Amino acid sequence: MPVYLDHAATTPMLPEAIDAYVSALGIVGNPSSIHSQGQNAKRMLEEAREHVAASLGAEPIEVVFTSGGTEAVNLAVKGLYWARAADPGRNGSERAPRSRILVPRGEHHATVDTVEWLERHHGAVIEWIPLDALGRISLPALEAALGPDVALVTLLWANNEVGTIQPVTDVVRLAARHEVPVHVDAVSAYGHVPIDFASSGIAALSVSAHKIGGPLGIGALVLARSATVEPLIHGGGQQRQVRSGTQDAPAAIAFGVAAQHPSPSLTMLRDRIITGVRKAVPSAVLRGDPVDRVDNNAHFTFPGCEGDSLLFLLDVAGVSVSTGSACQAGIPEASHVLLAMGLSEAEARGALRITVGHTTTDSDADAFLAALPTAVALAQRAGYSDREVTAGA
Amino acid sequence: MKVLAAMSGGVDSAVAAARAVEAGHEVVGVHLALSRMPGTLRTGSRGCCTIEDSMDAQRAANIIGIPYYVWDFSERFKLDVVDDFIAEYSAGRTPNPCMRCNERIKFAALLEKALDLGFDAVATGHYASIVTDARGNRELHRAAAWAKDQSYVLGVLTTDQLAHSMFPLGATPSKAEVRAEAAERGFSVANKPDSHDICFIPDGDTRGWLAERVGAEQGVIRDREGTAVGTHEGAHAFTVGQRKGLSIGVPTPDGRPRFVLEVKPATNEVVVGPKEALDIAEIAGSKFSWAGLAPDDPTAPFECEVQIRAHSDPVPATAMLRSGELVITPYEPLNGVAPGQTAVVYVGTRVLGQCTIDRTVSAVPVSA
Repeated sequence: MPVYLDHAATTPMLPEAIDAYVSALGIVGNPSSIHSQGQNAKRMLEEAREHVAASLGAEPIEVVFTSGGTEAVNLAVKGLYWARAADPGRNGSERAPRSRILVPRGEHHATVDTVEWLERHHGAVIEWIPLDALGRISLPALEAALGPDVALVTLLWANNEVGTIQPVTDVVRLAARHEVPVHVDAVSAYGHVPIDFASSGIAALSVSAHKIGGPLGIGALVLARSATVEPLIHGGGQQRQVRSGTQDAPAAIAFGVAAQHPSPSLTMLRDRIITGVRKAVPSAVLRGDPVDRVDNNAHFTFPGCEGDSLLFLLDVAGVSVSTGSACQAGIPEASHVLLAMGLSEAEARGALRITVGHTTTDSDADAFLAALPTAVALAQRAGYSDREVTAGA
Repeated sequence: MKVLAAMSGGVDSAVAAARAVEAGHEVVGVHLALSRMPGTLRTGSRGCCTIEDSMDAQRAANIIGIPYYVWDFSERFKLDVVDDFIAEYSAGRTPNPCMRCNERIKFAALLEKALDLGFDAVATGHYASIVTDARGNRELHRAAAWAKDQSYVLGVLTTDQLAHSMFPLGATPSKAEVRAEAAERGFSVANKPDSHDICFIPDGDTRGWLAERVGAEQGVIRDREGTAVGTHEGAHAFTVGQRKGLSIGVPTPDGRPRFVLEVKPATNEVVVGPKEALDIAEIAGSKFSWAGLAPDDPTAPFECEVQIRAHSDPVPATAMLRSGELVITPYEPLNGVAPGQTAVVYVGTRVLGQCTIDRTVSAVPVSA
């Protein structure tokens, strides 16, 4: 079996969640049906909602199940934007149109592509808030950009590539001064950072089940009662009219089971990898915040290496890791997160994200560390893919 | 051997990869990402850079049961193939970008990276053969399937490149056989159409694509004596030997059609003349290479055949190195040769070498 160190991409389902999922698939009844079988499905669905809500310090009514993290982010960002744009601010003497969206650089593509789409098609004005070298949002820049004409602030709780935890409390406090709602994409943070939605002041928060040992294909938007979003999907009016469509009770039940099983602390394993990489490859540079980072994430750049060469070499050596950057048809691009943190294109190329999870063992970490030096040596020999070729080989 | 199978998403490279596995090699499939803008599904399977092609390649790799990766060569491809294509046309020459891609990307950037990462060879779906002579020297030969033979576009390969190249389709008698084999293997691409056009010009409109990049200004069409006979909308749109698309107000006295004889981008002029003026008695180029062993004394004239296009017939000729140029003299005049084209020199089925044509000598002097 290959060594799996890409838990941030998806982590194996918990056996308890699989059992619950499989038995739930035998349930007959649409949760929206009025008969007893429908009511039974509804009961199990709502119990699942309670478990998910409890894991996030939210009330069950605030949990809107979606098809996953990306849909949750889309619903929050577009939904909040449309609702706010249709309801101009009343601060000051004039009613200011609320068209600005404040977004840190280095966000996940679920957010980046959504706000850029709103900019192209719906008159949104995007203001990108800079990151520092560790990937943290600039609070002074955010403070300066806030105002009554801001539709929303959206940010990652923890960066999906470099693992940096954002000062969410400070962001919410600053936004609250202007009564601006904040959406937090907590997909990477969920299970790794304590989240108490009730006390957070966050308007909307996105999570995904498959990052915590639940099934693929289901996530949730936690939406404060005070927050209004325009729905993306119209239909039967399920889930507070916010997200129509027959609810997937079996997936929600499995999600609920995973939500009841908090991840063990992964700090020791993560640090075994961080210490081991530094020892094995002294030129490697740890990226992201060395302290305020999620407990499952180790992220390095390896000078002189192309990330996809490293990934390939480790893969054939039986270790699954990630370059951390977005892919379209598998085409690697220099990470926009690393560029936003001030790295050059060349520095950003040799990136590798190693993420541990509930099935990871010390020997997994050691197998990776054993394979790494050879992979780095070969990848350095191959160099960057845009290097000059020595014609005639 | 550890073999990297370059998989374009087409039927040929998929079958080549499968055959490399069956020959006992340890094979990894790699799709080359050559464009940063891989287009949409709607652009379809016209070239080597669409998402659909990448997915097709991956599905074939899945069926063969080999690991599959996408390697990004888009920056090198832009510099070495696309920019070169534009520069060549801007200079009034007619480049072959597929050849350039073989020379600089597939058998250079890709091959070097593969060797550095621990592979022994690169396998492709080209129709050509590698033959090893009695003393162990590797030679490049035409494919058994003459109609599909691609040895011309591989003519740029050198001894070192041939040493690490593998063409598993070389002995196959026909493309139909490759398609049948692909269908038998369950490849979804068994009936995928062949790609014909230049892969980075997805709509096939080379002139429009070039006009956007090199600009198109109206210029003068002249005859060989220098008399203005018409106007054109941009010299880059013309290729030596072209007849169609010339708007000439002044007819020839004898009413015979005129052809493009020369493109002069410096003055934005196109020179036209009668068909026989296209006859070329000699071609020469200073950028040449040998595919395997060079002739014993290349400065002495040697008998060969010359081919100037991917699918033109070879013509008997003599060739020799003279003053740093490979000079090729066909026994019968060649027709419609443009500077920038590649002349590949064969001896029988063997590719001996090639040169990029810098200059031509007309068989018919001006004003006969």
